[in-house]
Amino acid sequence: MEYNPAFPLLRPYTDFDNRGFWEGIKRHALVFQRCKHCGLFVHRPRPMCPRCLSTEKEWVPSEGKGKIYSYVTVHYEKTGYPGIKVPYSVVVVEMLEGVRIIANVEGIEPEELRIGMPVEVTFEDIAEDLTLPRVKKREVGSP
Amino acid sequence: MFDQYLARRYRTTTRPRKEDYLVRDNAAIVGIGATEFSRDSGRSEIQMACEAIKAAVEDAGLRMEDIDGMVRFAMDFTDEMHLISALGIPELSYFAECGYGGGASCATVMHAAAAVVTGMANYVVCYRTMNERSGRRYGHTPGVGFVKTTPSDHFGYIMPFGLTSAPIWVAMFATRYMYEYGVRPEQLGWVSVVFREHACRNPKAMFYGRPITLQDYLNSRMIVEPLRLYDCCVDTDGAVALIVTTAERAKDLKQRPAYILGATQGTATEGETMTSYYRPRITIIPESWYTAQELWRVTGVRPEDVDVVQFYDAFTCLVPMQLEEYGFCEPGEGSAFCEGGDRIRIGGELPCNTSGGHLSEAYIHGMNLIAEAVRQIRGTSTAQVPDVELSLVTGGLGVPTSAILLRK
Repeated sequence: MEYNPAFPLLRPYTDFDNRGFWEGIKRHALVFQRCKHCGLFVHRPRPMCPRCLSTEKEWVPSEGKGKIYSYVTVHYEKTGYPGIKVPYSVVVVEMLEGVRIIANVEGIEPEELRIGMPVEVTFEDIAEDLTLPRVKKREVGSP
Repeated sequence: MFDQYLARRYRTTTRPRKEDYLVRDNAAIVGIGATEFSRDSGRSEIQMACEAIKAAVEDAGLRMEDIDGMVRFAMDFTDEMHLISALGIPELSYFAECGYGGGASCATVMHAAAAVVTGMANYVVCYRTMNERSGRRYGHTPGVGFVKTTPSDHFGYIMPFGLTSAPIWVAMFATRYMYEYGVRPEQLGWVSVVFREHACRNPKAMFYGRPITLQDYLNSRMIVEPLRLYDCCVDTDGAVALIVTTAERAKDLKQRPAYILGATQGTATEGETMTSYYRPRITIIPESWYTAQELWRVTGVRPEDVDVVQFYDAFTCLVPMQLEEYGFCEPGEGSAFCEGGDRIRIGGELPCNTSGGHLSEAYIHGMNLIAEAVRQIRGTSTAQVPDVELSLVTGGLGVPTSAILLRK
């Protein structure tokens, strides 16, 4: 991705419930919230487990592997974010843990994108205060 | 993961009794008013709201001081407090706001109807005013530079990735929808072509006199793959106002009342504003499905009884998706229903968006669709369906949503 420094990428808002996720991203670790009581993974993070209503939860490292669930490629610059050069792609990835994340892609051309494409998570340090997850193609063979 | 979505469990056991639904047949839309629809109104949003409300009051045959209630969109930049000072309305006994963008459209009528049937007000105005073309365009990423951090947790997971405007948010659903059901672009294109045909019969439509062909659609430029320019609605400056009162009072007014058979809202778990990508399936729209189930429950009507529909058509793909969620088609069959256009155009089995819709008349956040649904009941549409008894309108989707069913 090519960035226009005149329009810095927006920084994620952090709060009590989501701080663990973004702190994980900062140290290049994708973590998901898991209920300590019933083991349900959820994303986005939330204050209470929607299955068992427990407030006891923990941050569990993800294997970082998944498949593309859906994707878009932005072509019209005014519809897109001015800080990112068009065309750029955004993907929803279904992770092995059963939750989905939103990310941009690294080294995948728009015309290569396919639903079901195996990908793995990587990280891009964009600025001192901003690291974001990216996904790149994953060799299949290992699950 | 969340098995309740997969089963699409509907809580019939916990719903109120149908007989307790007081709105049914006890309220009506009795006045409609609008400004012109344009690319640059040249005046303030509050002035346009005043003009639309004045037109609606005159249309109903009321005096301005009869108005004692108002329901606004939470997203609107105007409010009832300033409006009544410009309109010469002495007091209001009922005012409320409805959230979630275009999901509020039919909800404003629902709240107004609830107010009049419970005796909290006599004549309630519902309105939306927006300089959405000359001002802040929803099809563009909003002004940036002054905000450094996303305004909420939700936006933190989308904005930093360039997932920053409505066309991009909806395109993510469209990709998956087209993949799962094998939808071809030309199937969506027919929605655009047919609604443009309808707009070409409506002199007030933004695209009056500008028909398009399927080839024009396919040639239109990619905005955000898979959505082309003609998949997207028309950014508009304008205002629309409606007046709701009781069925009893409606009898004495100037126009044929559009009786409110049902007005419902719905939201569903694991939702976000326009980016509910974490649900087990994203080719279904649980809010719209639930709103529809509620509407059919409280009215006792079946989809096949409906004569004409105004679907919330901010993007073409939302039309086949709603055909499925409201029960006009089986899941996955909505795009085939639209193909060729014959079933959704005037003369077809389910004429849709007869004023041209958001795609080709104007985008006033669903409120111009309600005005057209009222005209279909009155028999005054420029693309009138013969003998309309039941006229359906849906609210913005992919957000907590709403719907109303009007009857003659």
